[in-house]
Amino acid sequence: MIHFVLLISRQGKVRLTKWYSPYSQKERSKVIRELSGMILSRGPKLCNFVEWRGFKVVYKRYASLYFCMCINQEDNELEVLEIIHHYVEILDRYFGSVCELDLIFNFHKAYYILDEVLIAGELQESSKKTVARLVAAQDSLVDAAKEEAASISNIIAQATK
Amino acid sequence: MALSGMRGLSVFISEIRNCQNKEQERLRVDKELGNIRNRFKNEKGLAPYEKKKYVWKMLYIFMLGYDVDFGHMEAVSLISAPKYPEKQVGYLVTSCLLNENHDFLRLAINTVRNDIIGRNETFQCLALTLVGNIGGREFAESLAPDVQKLLISSSCRPLVKKKAALCLLRLFRKNPDVVNVDGWSNRMAQLLDERNLGVLTSSMSLFVSLVSNNHEAYWSCLPKCVKVLERLARNQDVPQEYTYYGIPSPWLQVKTMRALQYFPTIEDPNTRRALFEVLQRVLMGTDVVKNVNKNNASHAVLFEALALVMHLDAEKEMMSQCVALLGKFIAVREPNIRYLGLENMTRMLMVTDVQEIIKRHQAQIITSLKDPDISIRRRALDLLYAMCDVSNAKDIVEELLQYLGTAEFTMREELALKAAILAEKFAPDLSWYMDVILQLIDKAGDFVSDDIWFRVVQFVTNNEDLQPYAALKAREYLDKPAIHETMMKVSAYLLGEYSHLLARRPGCSPKEIFGIIHEKLPTVSTPTVSILLSSYAKILMHSQPPDPELQNQIWAIFNKYETSIDAEIQQRAVEYFALSKKGAALIDILAEMPKFPERESSLIKRAGDTEADTAELSAIKSRAQQQASNALVVTDQQPANHPPQVTQLAMVKIPSINEENNHVDQEVTQTNGSMGEGEPQNGDILGDLLSPLAIEGPPGVSGTETLSEDGALALAPVGEQENAVKPIVDIAEIFHALCIKDSGVLYEDPYVQIGIKAEWRGHQGRLVLFLGNKTTSSLDSVQAVFLSPSHLKLELSSVPEVIPPRAQVQCPLEVVNLCPSRDVAVLDFSYKFGTNLVDNKLRLPAVLNKFFQPITLSAEEFFPQWRSLAAPPLKLQEVVRGVRPMSLGEMANLLNSLKLIVSPGLDPNANNLVASTTFYSESTRSMLCLVRIETDPADRTQLRMTVASGDPTLTFELKEFIKEQLISIPSASRPAVHQQPQPTTQPISLSDPGALLAGLL
Repeated sequence: MIHFVLLISRQGKVRLTKWYSPYSQKERSKVIRELSGMILSRGPKLCNFVEWRGFKVVYKRYASLYFCMCINQEDNELEVLEIIHHYVEILDRYFGSVCELDLIFNFHKAYYILDEVLIAGELQESSKKTVARLVAAQDSLVDAAKEEAASISNIIAQATK
Repeated sequence: MALSGMRGLSVFISEIRNCQNKEQERLRVDKELGNIRNRFKNEKGLAPYEKKKYVWKMLYIFMLGYDVDFGHMEAVSLISAPKYPEKQVGYLVTSCLLNENHDFLRLAINTVRNDIIGRNETFQCLALTLVGNIGGREFAESLAPDVQKLLISSSCRPLVKKKAALCLLRLFRKNPDVVNVDGWSNRMAQLLDERNLGVLTSSMSLFVSLVSNNHEAYWSCLPKCVKVLERLARNQDVPQEYTYYGIPSPWLQVKTMRALQYFPTIEDPNTRRALFEVLQRVLMGTDVVKNVNKNNASHAVLFEALALVMHLDAEKEMMSQCVALLGKFIAVREPNIRYLGLENMTRMLMVTDVQEIIKRHQAQIITSLKDPDISIRRRALDLLYAMCDVSNAKDIVEELLQYLGTAEFTMREELALKAAILAEKFAPDLSWYMDVILQLIDKAGDFVSDDIWFRVVQFVTNNEDLQPYAALKAREYLDKPAIHETMMKVSAYLLGEYSHLLARRPGCSPKEIFGIIHEKLPTVSTPTVSILLSSYAKILMHSQPPDPELQNQIWAIFNKYETSIDAEIQQRAVEYFALSKKGAALIDILAEMPKFPERESSLIKRAGDTEADTAELSAIKSRAQQQASNALVVTDQQPANHPPQVTQLAMVKIPSINEENNHVDQEVTQTNGSMGEGEPQNGDILGDLLSPLAIEGPPGVSGTETLSEDGALALAPVGEQENAVKPIVDIAEIFHALCIKDSGVLYEDPYVQIGIKAEWRGHQGRLVLFLGNKTTSSLDSVQAVFLSPSHLKLELSSVPEVIPPRAQVQCPLEVVNLCPSRDVAVLDFSYKFGTNLVDNKLRLPAVLNKFFQPITLSAEEFFPQWRSLAAPPLKLQEVVRGVRPMSLGEMANLLNSLKLIVSPGLDPNANNLVASTTFYSESTRSMLCLVRIETDPADRTQLRMTVASGDPTLTFELKEFIKEQLISIPSASRPAVHQQPQPTTQPISLSDPGALLAGLL
């Protein structure tokens, strides 16, 4: 089970956090502090796993961003490493060559997409196509509501002229 | 891609990004939080769009690591919005801001349930996602049936179904009872027939969890899992979108294999054969390819297959294939594979007998101990530890010792412990064991816990052959110019006990041994000094016939330490001195320690307690049981309990020999009790390493360490070591006086006086602390730290570390009262005088009434206010009992002194008092407070009090504050002082932070 997902920039800025196990706000900050210290200082040619407080953290660096997922000792590390890559590929497809800025300004999208990939700390969907389809459907629902609102306000505006 | 339509949010994010430093960022965030708070507070009809925007901003701020302690309600309320865009935001932000223990979540259960049982598919998805991600026990109990219905409904589309499966998984984890085992095994089997691989992946996760809890109920699912694996392995009916770099859903493969590991065996031969075909294909057909992701995915499957093969305990042929594969992996360049190779080898040792094959890779594993990656080094260490046995212990332990010099600090303690355990368990001979442990202490003394050297002492005591060698080695280490304190302890102990065995060697006469030990005395810490004293006593005892010169030397030392400030040292010095005057009797009393009963090594016990991989430890334990080794534990076959030692008899006799020293001897009997009573019923105490008395003949050093930590002083009832210096004033009384006065002495002892002077204006105060040194030498390590409650902001200017002789230092202190509270700030003041650390916790008289401004009200002003503050929480009434007996006049004086100004004549009843004041704090500004006290002339111990103000917290705090003043709390401490006039009792209770805080807060 994945206990939490962290996206941390090389400067130690947090870009996304998702907690599937209950952590208080204080614990969350502590976890982030400890792990950024451990992971950001690791060299490039080392393995993608660090052992931490009886757990394992699987991480991978993409350009300036570190994607980290915390799992149990006995979980399959490589499987989780590829969940990270799976998520990155979906982000990449959605944003069209994703970069850190996309995730900063559209952090909410990153959350929506993650919710289609993981629930309860488990992989929910392994088809990139399906995830893309579902996220697009959500976007169009939001757009439709906006247009509707706009047209209503047009009608009101016209009527009150 | 721009954020469609949410300019405000984009602008805010840009501004945060443009902040030059953390301080600017904080300012910007605070401003935004203030803005959001206002909007939420003041604009009830906030448009959904606006609300959405603010909630997003809150999440962004929260993600940056700032506390967002409001607005949760707004986020939760968006969940019940009718339109999708708002609802979506509500669900997502709620599941990020809150965790399952948050009370607000309860409010949402109904809305969430309505969305789950409603007909809108998109709403169902949102609700299931929230529950799946943060649902707690309460959700489990109220929602599990609905979620199960969705999961088995035939009309439910895959997008909802897969979410329902994982949602149920979460609820099951929170409360396993929500899934009824009998009803579910059939349904689970049906779910595993699912063709849609998305749904099947989610269902398989659910299945893994169910089966891990109880595999018995799910036997019927086993063949289905094998079918799934076959389907994937043959790539039959797997849509393109479910292959990952050409591999049919690696995740589903891994999960299915994981599920199979929860069944003890597979009995049906056909199923078994089918599964092994798949596994064989995975083991043989996985090649290393260039593409990283493909490689990772295929190896994820491969490692899971390895685990399954190990679990099913397949034919030897397949197992040796696995070991061969792992052997290959630990030598590859790819660090992930190397890491997993080492990890899986360790696991493999646990389940099967492959030790001999794995030993072939020993050299490679030792290389990994020098890997640049700490993760890999840790795996290598664990593997070496697990694979160690009699045949390779020497090599492995020597490697560990070598590595100890270069290992990072975080690993050293674990490394030292593991090396010590292996040396103990698999030592080919005793002297080697001795060498290893002494090297360990020499190289990494800081990381060698006391357990390790206690254990050495136990071994040496129990193995006579080892004693001369141990003494010789200890003697050699003492020749080194700088040695670690632990080495000093163990050497001094061993030489005290066994140096007489070396007496014929050059440089080993009692005198020389004493000389070389005593040379180090000035450099060691207090606990070690006690051990050295014991050694001297033993050396003295062993030098027969007595050497008068040595005797005088040692007696002089005992004499010197008879006045030691450390109770333990003092006691030893006194006792040894008295005992050593007894001549021949000394030989009996200080005879060698008897052997310890054999018992499990406390090191191994401790290793079990540490964070180390318990499975791997259990492996080594089980193997240790099977293996016959000449480990030290088994070498000594002598019965644990020897014929009664002479010592015991001797001790009983002593009092009759010399009546004068009776009391000393009795103490000796007590403290050395465990030595004399080392008979069966007390075997535990004697053998237990953690009970230091057992190891150290004379009173244990470590014993006192732990004791003084606890503050309980069984051996030295003289007084707490800390705060040997007592205040010469009654701190509690002074504090009460200062609550009313604004200047005076806050604390005084023979060396220090602290004065205080305060000026109060509105919600602010300016205090000056006067720290005076009364002595003619300077005070060191002066520290003053405030433990301030949250309602006060305290800024103390820097306190100098040293106060020169006869000097007074002024430390201004700014106090700001943020909100009403009765809590009291505590000043932790400590300094060093000579070797004494004096530490006092003093209450700071910045109490509630300091922020009062007296005000006198006329009847016209008073009554309208009184009436307008009509009911709780602004007006509170309470009947107070147990009031200190005082006359009405005294009570009026008390109130006046607290700046609660009594307005005589306002209340028509002469037995009543009415008072008023203005209270100042940052949150309340100036606030009028009104008090009415109705007394009963017949019973002065009770009264009725009514307090009113415009702020509910203030009203409550003021009521409690006045109550505290009226009832007998302050006088309660006074009788205590009168009964025990020594001022010593007071500071002890005051310096106990627990009691202090309990009293204050």
